[in-house]
Formats: sequence, structure tokens, C-alpha cells
Amino acid sequence: MERKTLDLWVGIFVVAGFAAILVLALKVGNLGTFDMSHGYTLIADFNNIGGLKARAPVRSAGVVVGRVTDIQFDNKTFEARVTMDIDGRYRFPRDTTASILTSGLLGEQYIGLGPGGDSADLKNGDRIKLTQSAVVLENLIGQFLFSKASEGAGKK
Amino acid sequence: MFERMTGGLRGIGHTAIDGVWRIGYASRFFLLTLFKSGISFRRFGLTIKEIYFSGVLSLIIIVVSGLFVGMVLGLQGYETLQKYGSEQALGVMVALTLTRELGPVVSALLFASRAGSAITAEIGLMKATEQITAMEMMAIDPISRVVAPRFWAGVISMPLLAAMFSAVGVFGGYLVGVVMIGVDEGAFWSQMQAAVDFRQDILNGIIKSVVFGVAVTAIALFEGYDAPPTAEGVSHATTRTVVTSSLAVLALDLVLTAFMFRG
Repeated sequence: MERKTLDLWVGIFVVAGFAAILVLALKVGNLGTFDMSHGYTLIADFNNIGGLKARAPVRSAGVVVGRVTDIQFDNKTFEARVTMDIDGRYRFPRDTTASILTSGLLGEQYIGLGPGGDSADLKNGDRIKLTQSAVVLENLIGQFLFSKASEGAGKK
Repeated sequence: MFERMTGGLRGIGHTAIDGVWRIGYASRFFLLTLFKSGISFRRFGLTIKEIYFSGVLSLIIIVVSGLFVGMVLGLQGYETLQKYGSEQALGVMVALTLTRELGPVVSALLFASRAGSAITAEIGLMKATEQITAMEMMAIDPISRVVAPRFWAGVISMPLLAAMFSAVGVFGGYLVGVVMIGVDEGAFWSQMQAAVDFRQDILNGIIKSVVFGVAVTAIALFEGYDAPPTAEGVSHATTRTVVTSSLAVLALDLVLTAFMFRG
């Protein structure tokens, strides 16, 4: 085959390959929708994080605004310290609450941010003070059984 | 009696020594290819020609199978997800399956049978018709002139083919899921984008396909170079290339997956 056509085909091949990577990155992956370079970090302490994992989404009003980057156990307070990256486009007041919620009945767990009314915004590295832990199903059932049992005892 | 017993032991010893010798020979061949690959970059035309043969000519089979695999994933995934009432997660399922596993693995298997076998047969025949010996007579190093360009062509082509496979596969899943069955288009793409991470999923898939490219091409080249210079020898070597490199791809995939996606 002639050198020119060969070069042309290989050129098409390489361009198509890189286009495929670009499509994967922008359309399939989160590189296009999510700009973390201008993001900021927030910290929140929870009594119990349930099944929350790193990379879980952070949502506010249902919109994904960030991602959990790190989960550590704090040996002084005996609480779970969750670090999350928030997209720089979104600002939240200082008295925002963070709660661990579940999407659907069997879905994955995520952090829901409920904005407060403070005029000052949370800054990079700030800690969210008002948190609500995950609902642990076993504890809920235990409480239910306990209240039923005490109800029965009260009737006698 | 004694003769028979030692005969059996001798057989085992012979097989073991043969195996170790072959592994050593293969790794020396691989290192030699790496050291002598200067010419395949200085005279890049050689490599471009090989990219045409192993990459561009594999394009059709990769794109068509990617489309079909994506469509099948869409159908099967919908069937299962619908039972749990979460058919919107179809996009996530298709995209993650393709970028993490099926894209790199299936395209490497196709690459092994389409391009790997061709490389082995070509080099085996070059050896059988004494072209390699002729090159050595003319003081041209066959490893740097014949082997190294093919190696680098395979390593360059493989990740590009795998990326195309995944991209076309996602499109196939979209065709079946959204266009044919009628899953909500916005949920399909947005859930996919929320769940697929560039570094964690896509980049790891590309790393996988580079490793598979190295493995498949190195095995194909070695089997061709090592083939006995007869018609039967070349045919055996071609078969061995496909079997060995497919097994190597699957085994490497297990190891890489264990390291990449443990968290």
C-alpha cells in the first residue's frame, strides 16, 4: 500500500481512538459535569455512618454537589469523620445540616446537605456542626420490639 | 524396574527444565525487544505500517462486536434491573461493565485472535522461508527491524481499540435501552455520569488494556520467533498464541482487578 494512504488510515485510527477516550471521559464519566479543581473541602462528624463509603455522592435538594473523599475514625470523640469535596459552583450557609440518607429502599447511601439560614458561607476546611447519623435498621427493629414488649407489660 | 522408575523421574525433570528454559528464553526475548526498540521510534514509518496491520484492520471487528456486546448488555441489564424497579440504572450498569471489564478484556481477546495470530504466522513464515536468516546475513538485526515495531504497534493500538470498544458499546446500550425500550434518556446519562469516575473506572480500564496489549503482542511475537520452521510448526505456534494470550489476558485481568477495585 502507498505510504500516504497508510498514514491517512493510521491517522484516522489514532484520532478515532482518542475521540473514544474523550467521549468516555466527558459523556460517560464525570469529567465533563464535575469540575473538582475549583472545589472546596468540608468535614462532618457523625455518630454512625451506616454503610456510607468513600466516593459516595453528596446531594442537596437531590442535586449531586460533591463527593465523599475520605472516611476516618476519630479516636478522641469516637465519631466518624467524613471528608467531602464540594463543587466550587455551590455555596452553603454556615448552619447547613448534613445527614446520611438512603436513595430508595435498597439504594446506596449518600450525604444530604440541608442549607440553613446563616448569611456567612462555609469555607474550605470548615466543619459542618449539625449532623444526623444514618438510620441503622437493626436498631430501629430493636426499638420497635422493645416498645412493643413494654406496651405488653403495661397492660397487665 | 529401576530403569523404569528413573525413566519416569527423568521425564519429569526434562519437562521442568524445558519449562524453565522456555520462560527464561521468553523473558530474554522480551527484554531484548525492549532494548532494541530505538529503531521503531527513530524510523516511525515501520511502526505506522504495523499499526495499520494490527490496529486499523482490527477496527471493524472491534467496533461491530462492541456494538453487539453493548446492545446485549442493554437487553439483559434491563431485564434484570426492571425486576427491582431501577431500570434507570441501566446506563450505570452498561458503562461500568464496559469501561472496567468487558471493554479491555473482550477487545484484548479479539485482538489476540485477529492480530496476534497474524503476527505469529507472519514471523513464523519469515523464519520458515529463511527471511530472518537472510536479514542476519545482511547484518540487519531482525529483532529491532521486525519484532520491535510490531511490539510497539500492538502496545499503541490496544488501548485505542479498547476505548473504541467501550464507547461504541455504551452507544449500543443507549440504542437498546433508550431508543428501543424507552428508558428515560436523562436518567440514563445523568446516573451514568454520576457513577462513572474518570480516574477510578476509565483510566484503570485504559491501564488494563495497555497491560493486555503488552502481554498479547509479546506472546504472539515470541511464539512466532520460536516456531519450528515447518508448516506444522507455524500452525501449532499460531494456535498456541491464541490459547496462551487469551489465558494470560484473563489471568492478568483477575490480578489487575484485585489491585484496582478493592476499595
